[in-house]
Amino acid sequence: MTEPDALLTLKNVTKRFPGVVAVDGVNLEILPGEVHALLGENGAGKTTLVNILYGLYPPDAGDIYWQGRPVRIRSPQEAIRLGIGLVPQHPLLVRAHTVLENLALGMPRGFLLPTRGLAARIAELTRHYGFRFDPRAPVWQLSEGEKQRVEIVRALLQGARLLVLDEPTSVLTPQEARELFKVIRRMRSEGEAVIFISHKLDEVLEVADRISVLRKGRLVGQVTRAEADKAELARMMVGRQVSFERRKPPVRPGAVVLELKDIHARSDRGLPALQGVSLRVRAGEILGLAGVAGSGQRELIEVVTGLRRPERGLVRVLGAAPWSGKRPRIAHIPEDRRRQGVAGGLDLAENLLLHDYARPPFARGPLMDRRAVYAFAREQIARYRIDPPDPRTPARLLSGGNLQKLILARELHGDPPLIVAAHPTYGLDVGATELVHELLIERGRTGAAVLLVSEDLDEVLALADRVAVIHGGRIVGEVPVEKADREQIGLWMAGVEA
Amino acid sequence: MDGGGGGLRRIGPFLIEKDLVAPPIRVLLVSAAALALAFLTAALVFWAYGVDPVLAYRTIFVETLLSSGGFAEGVRRAIPLLLAGVGLVLAFRAQFWNIGAEGQLLLGAVAAAGVALFAPLPAALLLPAMFLAGFVAGGLWAVLPALLKLRLGVNDVLTTLMLNYVAVYLVEWLIHGPWRGRTAFGFAYSDRFPEPAMLPLIPGTYVHWPTLLLALAGALAAWFVLTHTTWGYPVRVTGDNPEAARYAHMPVFRVVFAVALASGGFAGLAGVGEVAGVHGRLLEAYQISLGYGYTAIIVAWLARGNPLGAMLTALFMGLIFASGDVMKISLQMPFRVTDVFNGLILFFLISSERLLYYRVRWAPVRKGD
Repeated sequence: MTEPDALLTLKNVTKRFPGVVAVDGVNLEILPGEVHALLGENGAGKTTLVNILYGLYPPDAGDIYWQGRPVRIRSPQEAIRLGIGLVPQHPLLVRAHTVLENLALGMPRGFLLPTRGLAARIAELTRHYGFRFDPRAPVWQLSEGEKQRVEIVRALLQGARLLVLDEPTSVLTPQEARELFKVIRRMRSEGEAVIFISHKLDEVLEVADRISVLRKGRLVGQVTRAEADKAELARMMVGRQVSFERRKPPVRPGAVVLELKDIHARSDRGLPALQGVSLRVRAGEILGLAGVAGSGQRELIEVVTGLRRPERGLVRVLGAAPWSGKRPRIAHIPEDRRRQGVAGGLDLAENLLLHDYARPPFARGPLMDRRAVYAFAREQIARYRIDPPDPRTPARLLSGGNLQKLILARELHGDPPLIVAAHPTYGLDVGATELVHELLIERGRTGAAVLLVSEDLDEVLALADRVAVIHGGRIVGEVPVEKADREQIGLWMAGVEA
Repeated sequence: MDGGGGGLRRIGPFLIEKDLVAPPIRVLLVSAAALALAFLTAALVFWAYGVDPVLAYRTIFVETLLSSGGFAEGVRRAIPLLLAGVGLVLAFRAQFWNIGAEGQLLLGAVAAAGVALFAPLPAALLLPAMFLAGFVAGGLWAVLPALLKLRLGVNDVLTTLMLNYVAVYLVEWLIHGPWRGRTAFGFAYSDRFPEPAMLPLIPGTYVHWPTLLLALAGALAAWFVLTHTTWGYPVRVTGDNPEAARYAHMPVFRVVFAVALASGGFAGLAGVGEVAGVHGRLLEAYQISLGYGYTAIIVAWLARGNPLGAMLTALFMGLIFASGDVMKISLQMPFRVTDVFNGLILFFLISSERLLYYRVRWAPVRKGD
């Protein structure tokens, strides 16, 4: 089964985390001189697989072979010694030091004058691969693309024969990405192997020789570029089994609750993130917003919940701007539940009050009624079966599923007319996922308008009444779910317009 | 991320486990161990100075804790430490890294002196007006860096720290220049405050009790506001996770602004107490404050975010200052040895912080494991 000349072979590699199987029996072969793309959505297990290869996690089961010999990679040092180099998604460089000093840091060199002799080798490498950067420049002056090239040079200096690029284009401009692809092709012609991790179909088709598709930890398909077809890849990536069973009974939609007209907004980095988004969500309706990560979802959610002011356009929630004092209650199930959704050092009861701390019965004037606070907490903990059930537990100790229950208990309290759910089941186990789905369906049936943002197309198709697809900050397609065609949606997600 | 492993490590028969909830007993034990190490290291300083450490500690213990005069001196030093310390507890709870209590204290002293020397107020109103002015002046001195942080993202550690120096030179300028006393002859200090601008003392001691009461009430009030009111709740959320505060549409700007004002205000009150209760005039900055504003950082750190805890830790640090008197008089060591104490204590406390989150368990390996 093992090809004799494979550089790296994975056999049945499995990694479990509490509640999820992140990598599930993956078999993979990397040949010398090939660019092998690992394609998959967020949470498909790509990064876990990389961390296993780079010695950051030990696999729970399965074997790894390097040039046909079984190996155990217990640390990044061992990975480097074998010849595996990782170019991380976000460069890990010392900002105040020069490129040269940063590169010397990763090398086994003398204590004195560690950069001596290195400059010549770097110059040789950069000439060879057509990199352009000044080794004497301090790192903080470099662009993201240049920093990434420094990381690539570091891996090559360390003698990497297999280079793993983790979502390399996520921080690059299109021009920088084209530069990167040139470098990758050059390395392939030198006999280097490259693992290219991405969820973007176009670039995978542009640069890869072979493409392996991961979904929910499993390897669901492998094709060569010659036989690859964009629609087919999209279908593999988002789900082969057509679990097309409708979960939500259709409702006759009521009044418009959320209205967006020609919204333009910028990201935190000041780049245009939303470029003319118009959407409407009615009472009793779930609108599923599909799209690959970074297509403008975060900014859209922030505009709808009043956390970001649009540069242009109109947002109305039941007629009020979402940042005005008259805004109705908006439930916001945040994208990153640990970073945004809770104050981890405060206890469960206090985290349930994030919005209502100044309202009766929890407060009378400026005084808070701790008895009411803890009584409410015990009630919600019982209702949502949050574990551990002690309201004094600090929120940071909760598991992902229980944290999400806590957030749901808080956000759905008081029957908000609009629910914005961002990746509400991301990283959750089956039980918690079920609960989230049930709650959203139930709220939709009882008259709430729901905006469901998810990268899980199965989830969107099972819950939504209408599906809209966002790409590059614009809605590229919108369709009622009964007319939704998975392949068409996959193409929209890849930016192929209707 | 769990910093490489994070799970279990074995050293001989001991198993070290990560445990993210530090029970109070462990906090107490770790803090006590850090203090013990600090005192042990300070013993080396005594020894190097030619003083027998055992004798030194015995003398200090007897003359500060067991003598009423020594204890009262500790309490007197604890007053500014408690006021400034409570202010810093508030600031740190909101992640406003106020290192400027020293400067805020001096501004409070300046404002109080201004009122005492120049305000044409009836005698009964003089002291209340001095406290009010001191609170406002100290508060504004802290609001300035808070605004820079909130509006421009300027590092609050640096700005609060640097404003301490500005405050010191402001005091210098005043006592050498416009406020220099007519009766001061060659010395640099202001005129003496009129009698109604002086705080009463507990007879037989130098403890200016109104400031002491104010400090105790302040600690209680700060605790109550933090834990039982709708003003304190957003402070705790902002300090724990600013991102969550933004997500919940909390008025982060107003929260940090108010905390900065209160934090500097408390330090300002401490400055009022020092000039109106101890010195009776504005004098050199290093004479007004023995570095109380800096030591208050230790007070706040030791109190671990609890204003009530600051009552104990302020007394503890006050006693250390009192021990400086003992070292000077009975052991012929410089008073500034207290700075060595303070530095060592802070050093060991901060170093011990990570230990709070580990539990050591006795679990010998059995054969066949």
